[in-house]
Amino acid sequence: MIFGHVAALRRAGVLGLNCRNAEYTLKYNPRRLYPLVDDKVLCKRRLQQRGLAVPALIALVEFNRQASRLDDLLGEHTEFVIKPAHGSGGDGILVITDRRADYFLDSDGKLVMPEDLAHHLTNVIGGLYSLGGQPDVAMIESLVHFDPLFSSLTYHGVPDIRVIVYRGYPVMAMTRLPTRMSHGKANLHQGAIGAGIELGSGVTFGGVSGNSLVATHPDTGHPIAGFQVPHWGRILSMAAQCYEAVELGYLGVDIVLDRDLGPLILELNARPGLNIQLANRRGLRCRLNAIDAIESPHETPDQRVEWSCAAFGQPPEMVTRTPG
Amino acid sequence: MTRNRQWIVLSLSLLLLGGLLMAYKVIRLGFPLMSDDSSEQWVVQARLEVEPLEGPVRTSLLLPARSSGFMVSDENFVSRGFGLTLDEELFRREANWAIRRLYEAKTLYYRATIIPDTRERRIGHAPNFPSPPTLEEPWASALTDLVEEVREESADVESFAAEVIDRLDSANPDENVSLFLTSVRAPLERARLAQTLLAGARIPTMLVHGVALQKDVQRAQLKTLLAVHNGDDWLLFDPQDGHRGRPANFLIWYRGDEELATVNGARLTDVQISVKRRVVRSLDVATQRAELKDSLIGKISVLQLPVQTQSVYEVLLLVPFGILAIVILRNFIGFSSFGTFAPVLIALAFRETELLKGIVLFVLIVSMGLVFRFYMERLRLLLVPRLAAVVTIVVLLMTAISIISDQIGTETGLSVSLFPMVIISMVIERMSIVWEERGGGVAIREGVGSLAIAALAYLIMSMDMLGYWVTVFPEVNLIVLGLILAVGRYTGFRLSELSRFRQLASPGEPQ
Repeated sequence: MIFGHVAALRRAGVLGLNCRNAEYTLKYNPRRLYPLVDDKVLCKRRLQQRGLAVPALIALVEFNRQASRLDDLLGEHTEFVIKPAHGSGGDGILVITDRRADYFLDSDGKLVMPEDLAHHLTNVIGGLYSLGGQPDVAMIESLVHFDPLFSSLTYHGVPDIRVIVYRGYPVMAMTRLPTRMSHGKANLHQGAIGAGIELGSGVTFGGVSGNSLVATHPDTGHPIAGFQVPHWGRILSMAAQCYEAVELGYLGVDIVLDRDLGPLILELNARPGLNIQLANRRGLRCRLNAIDAIESPHETPDQRVEWSCAAFGQPPEMVTRTPG
Repeated sequence: MTRNRQWIVLSLSLLLLGGLLMAYKVIRLGFPLMSDDSSEQWVVQARLEVEPLEGPVRTSLLLPARSSGFMVSDENFVSRGFGLTLDEELFRREANWAIRRLYEAKTLYYRATIIPDTRERRIGHAPNFPSPPTLEEPWASALTDLVEEVREESADVESFAAEVIDRLDSANPDENVSLFLTSVRAPLERARLAQTLLAGARIPTMLVHGVALQKDVQRAQLKTLLAVHNGDDWLLFDPQDGHRGRPANFLIWYRGDEELATVNGARLTDVQISVKRRVVRSLDVATQRAELKDSLIGKISVLQLPVQTQSVYEVLLLVPFGILAIVILRNFIGFSSFGTFAPVLIALAFRETELLKGIVLFVLIVSMGLVFRFYMERLRLLLVPRLAAVVTIVVLLMTAISIISDQIGTETGLSVSLFPMVIISMVIERMSIVWEERGGGVAIREGVGSLAIAALAYLIMSMDMLGYWVTVFPEVNLIVLGLILAVGRYTGFRLSELSRFRQLASPGEPQ
């Protein structure tokens, strides 16, 4: 029975974790390039050099002493995000949406005292959230004002778009929608909803929560499918350019849509998760194989995007189909 | 592709190397595969009593040398005041005791442990052909007749010798044989006569003296056998009853026409050989045997190390098995736990506490530690001091548990001291973070997962046979390494992914 199951998954082209590690990340992501994506500060600088849009960096907090002098750090900013430079899986991210005389408000609307904030910063610096517990640096970034188009599909926090880029070609995409359960974080592990995006048109179809399929957002009740992601062409183009920027062959590109600034690259991931397959209701394997079969790879990011849209795009009637 | 092949070749050669080393030890050196195998050894002792005469005394005793079926080890000589020299050849060993002046009666001892060794088969050197005996009449013609007759009735050396011995033992011997038998009384003389007769046919012979190791005997009689060489091998015959072959457990003490013990300058009043049976673990026998053979491979064993170090290595050598289990649990089943190999270290602690009590203690310490950790969150300590505080609290908790359980009178709590406190502190720290970031449910689920993995690793590592194997056959870890390499490139689905991606398996029917 198990073997039947395995065969069915294999037929569907589903990529497993072992296979992703052995055949893709180990093969196409050389270890020496990891710091480029694991260190978010380095990554941000590299992307900026390439002319790719990223959220602005307000300050870097490297020493515990700095943590207590919040006013010096923040200047006039009243909304910002604190991130560990070496964080993973969305851990240690604190989103502050407002600043009053003697307290802050986080994305859930909860009160955050300056001491709490300083403590969080020292935790980040101490390496609580970094891989292997290494001492870390806390980044203070400007807050992204997400495009109001998404407001019917999100609960506090910022939805983002994940594009898997294989050897420079966009392969699959999804949008991650924060929920009450995920505390406003766009992380599927923490309860955010993933919705597949049709690569050719940028229209969403059915969603996934955890490992199960959902049709509507649990907090807003809005159907997840059929939503047109704005700036889709630019999003794919930016994602494809990341390949030139960091040279990782198997890459997850996380992009947010800012109301004023348009698409911004939030971070890159050298070990992108596999839930995107659930959100898209299809395996990655066939698409990866199709790219491996290209005889002469295309030179420019835009040519690669064009190829991907043509190869992996679906007719519109297939796209708008809602599940169940 | 070449890299793929390298990995397979490396993995297979490790498996093969480990397997071959183990097989060599089991088959060639006789290391038992099971720890409770036992086998027998014999302690033989020769006791010589000498009474002084005049002048310097020289005493010599023939010692057991190579003997088919046995090895000699642990030899001791007790001979106070005597100088001892050993005269050793391949098939003849002699101890010489000498003293310038002997004032009173003395007893000399030789003691040795005899270990069964089925692989030792040699009986003696290949001999030269003897020249025919020069006899007077009527013996000379009687011998010629006898040889003629027996040759008619036999096919080869073996049957010839058997026929000669049969005729000597016959109840009513023919006249030729009777002629020879008239002067024969003692068994030894009968054997010598057989030698003379066989020399008439130019068949090499040798006398072999030894004892049958069967039960405890205070005063064992040396038995003399006749060894006949058929051109390839020595064949043994009992000159008394014509019985062929080596009697069971027959230890060859010495060969040839010599006396067991000879004394110059004193009187030998008594020679006594005693045999004592001893049952020992097969493992000890094999180890002794490997030592005697000076086998390099036999030395690859933890048993050669000092005892305290041995017990440390027994534990260390088990770790790869626990780790192999974790590799399988993570990459084939899809378990996740706090810390990759932390469960193995927890499992090592369980070895001292036993499983159930270990789990209770672990849960107790971790949950109490978590309470403290949550309280400390409010103190806003920096990360490293906070970790240090958690470690200290864990140590205090362990001490408290030990003291309380000692007061109550149970010993269970005492073994808690072997818990890896730093590992536990890290588990507490990780768990509290997961608790805050992803909720208590996830934290408890991962904690229970870690504990389950630890329990499984413990069950594997506490298998008696495995513990025995890693000490006697440390090379079994080469096999483990080979297996780890072999599964290291498993790219198939994990068991957990089958359910995770189950919707994708049937694309036709969403939800």
